[in-house]
Amino acid sequence: MIELNNIHKSFGGHDVLKGVSIKVNKGEILVLIGMSGYGKSVILKHVVGLLNPDSGNVIVDGHEVNTLKGRALSDLRSRIGFLFQGGALFESMTVFENVAFPLKEKIGLDKSVIEKKVHDVLEQVGLSGSDNKYPSQLSGGMQKRAALARELVWEPEIMLFDEPTTGLDPIIGHAILNLIEEIHNRLHFTGIIITHELERVFKIVDSAAMLHEGRIIESGRPDDILASENPLLRQFLSGDTEGPISYR
Amino acid sequence: MDFVRHIGGESIDILTRIGRIFNFLACSIYFSLTPPFKVERILKQIRFIGAQSTLVVLLIGAFTGMVLGLQGFHTLNRLGSEAFLGPMVALSIMKEMAPVLTGLMVTARAGSAIAAEIGIMRITNQIDAIEMMGLNPFRYLVVPNIIAGLISLPLLTGMFDAIGIIGGYLVGVKILGLEYATFFGEITTYVRVDHMMEGIYKSMSFGIIITWISCYMGYYTGSSGFGAEGVSKSTTRAVVLSAVMILVWNYFMTSFLF
Repeated sequence: MIELNNIHKSFGGHDVLKGVSIKVNKGEILVLIGMSGYGKSVILKHVVGLLNPDSGNVIVDGHEVNTLKGRALSDLRSRIGFLFQGGALFESMTVFENVAFPLKEKIGLDKSVIEKKVHDVLEQVGLSGSDNKYPSQLSGGMQKRAALARELVWEPEIMLFDEPTTGLDPIIGHAILNLIEEIHNRLHFTGIIITHELERVFKIVDSAAMLHEGRIIESGRPDDILASENPLLRQFLSGDTEGPISYR
Repeated sequence: MDFVRHIGGESIDILTRIGRIFNFLACSIYFSLTPPFKVERILKQIRFIGAQSTLVVLLIGAFTGMVLGLQGFHTLNRLGSEAFLGPMVALSIMKEMAPVLTGLMVTARAGSAIAAEIGIMRITNQIDAIEMMGLNPFRYLVVPNIIAGLISLPLLTGMFDAIGIIGGYLVGVKILGLEYATFFGEITTYVRVDHMMEGIYKSMSFGIIITWISCYMGYYTGSSGFGAEGVSKSTTRAVVLSAVMILVWNYFMTSFLF
């Protein structure tokens, strides 16, 4: 279970999070929606201890993340997969080496097992035949799929996806979300997804929350969110430029 | 009052940075001495820092020896002491020129590349990705460079010693007409193994300085600027600080240890 309680965070005097509370039950996925640049990625980084809150606490499976250090923090992180917005692939390694990296370094599997797992997962994300390419030789969408493969290959208990579909064409974007759903059905990981692919993602998640100006303004089951009368949420879901949310 | 506050703030900031840089070194040494060791990565970095610097080190070594031979011969000739050209060239190269110039050359070639590579990894979340796997980025990025620097610099310095003396020999004996036996005979009389070891010990410390500073600057890219500008500043700082520290540390090693 992931629980954020009253998180406040500011950068250089600018308040980004102003009392964010979120709860994701074990085995469920929550989608976090909201305008770009409003701190959604900051929330994910709190979950894994890459950032610490100014106040409030983050609890993951009973561990208060912001008090963990050293080995205890590494142990917790070794159960969490994190898909970064830009993919964060190792640029000096091939796609195969990138995907094999956690299996080799984290788990220490045999070479033959690693090869099979890597080829299987690359096939799942539609990257068969790209094993020997370097990230710079791939398109943005392919890089994102390779990064997703690197996280999915070791089957983590908790998955955090920071915009897994951004920059992808609609077909590949849907394929990625289908893949996430398929793997969730198999592994039942607990997860948080940040995405703007709202129509599709609402069909695969268990709950949703909208972040606006540092606060969660609405949260609940996808159907409740879609039926909400909150004007901020309505404008965001419809994509209107006119309304209470100013994009300027 | 503002002035006092400003001075106080700056002082605390400087002390914090100094503390952080030495803490970085302490962590690097600790992780260098404790398993698991990333042997493959260490070998890769030895190839990068050491093997790929060989040509440039041989080149500057040869020309440094040659110019020492040239200047030394004319200076010693005025005193009627040109027989001491061999020891002069050999001692200058072994004790000072080889470790210092090798250190500066490796700083320019490999130190800048290390800082830039780690800096780019920082701004593209690659270091965060390693941490997120529950792995220690120090073991992958910092320790292999430090061990590679510690091994490569003495080897490069040894090559510089050899080629530098040959350079001095070519100019002193082959061009300016000094006797072969005089050149090398005086070297065997006046130069001892511990003279060479002075340079080797220095070069080992320079290997640590270069890789430590370069890794540190790359690792903390973002504290001095963002994106490409941050990487550029980190790289520049790595080269400047490494070069300055090599020269300063060289003075203290020479004056206190040898």
